Amino acid sequence: MLNSLAAQIIFYFIAAITVGFAALVAFSRNIVYSAFALVGALTGVAGIYILLAADFVAMVQVLLYVGGIVVLTLFAVMLTQGIGDVAVSNRAAGRFAGLSVIALAGAVMLYATLRTPWHLATKVSVSATTYGVGNAFLGAYVLPFEVASLVLLAALIGAVVISRQDPGQAPLAPSADKFSDADKLSGKTAGASAKKAGS
Amino acid sequence: MGDGITLNHFLVLGLILFLLGSYCVLTRRNAIGILMGIELILNAANINYLAFAYFGGARYDGQIFAIFVIMLAAAEAVIGLAVILAIYQNLRTIDVDAAETLSG
Repeated sequence: MLNSLAAQIIFYFIAAITVGFAALVAFSRNIVYSAFALVGALTGVAGIYILLAADFVAMVQVLLYVGGIVVLTLFAVMLTQGIGDVAVSNRAAGRFAGLSVIALAGAVMLYATLRTPWHLATKVSVSATTYGVGNAFLGAYVLPFEVASLVLLAALIGAVVISRQDPGQAPLAPSADKFSDADKLSGKTAGASAKKAGS
Repeated sequence: MGDGITLNHFLVLGLILFLLGSYCVLTRRNAIGILMGIELILNAANINYLAFAYFGGARYDGQIFAIFVIMLAAAEAVIGLAVILAIYQNLRTIDVDAAETLSG
């Protein structure tokens, strides 16, 4: 299936889109651009899943990642402030150190990937996967499936408890010397909260 | 490229995504940017799972692992963003360098 010229063109097209958007996520100066580029990168990854004959996982990817996690991330970006200011919204530190670390790790992993004789099936079958995935979830993987539902419930309750604003508690005032970046970033609001805490 | 798209093509694509995500995690000082890098890393792992499942013959095992990864990524994103919002309410910033109240 993946031997035809059309498959090669589609693969390289989707891979270029995915890597391009992922690079935008990693290198963009503005956090809002990063968040929107994440949509493109995750959609491209869904296309890769379809090329790998995993139609159900691709749909889950689109629903959960593109529809859920990215929207949640955008909400968090908009709820926290300073997004209009490019200099503080997506500050990156240690670019040279980061690049050297990932260059080293990438060289090692590329060498390992290309030199390992992977076990390959002789015949690759392609069919709709929903039936098999559903059977596996309710058969061999039923215990992890139930534990995962418990994890999701705990995450749900935990997120509500953590992010709930306690009305009786004044926010911690950032001290001027320690959080000078924070004061620059939020300026007026930080001063107001400090005044409130001081009174 | 005489024999079409092979397993290595997908593995290298996953490797590139992983490196971009790692760079994002290593260099960002914005907590939400770090979470985005983690999402990229998880997607790179999923590409590897599905590629091995497709080319290795055991299809459903890899797909179910990928679904579990997506599920836990959703939980991780929810908890992470809740923590970020709590930090923001207290410190008025999400710069990870500023959230050092616990350091001695």
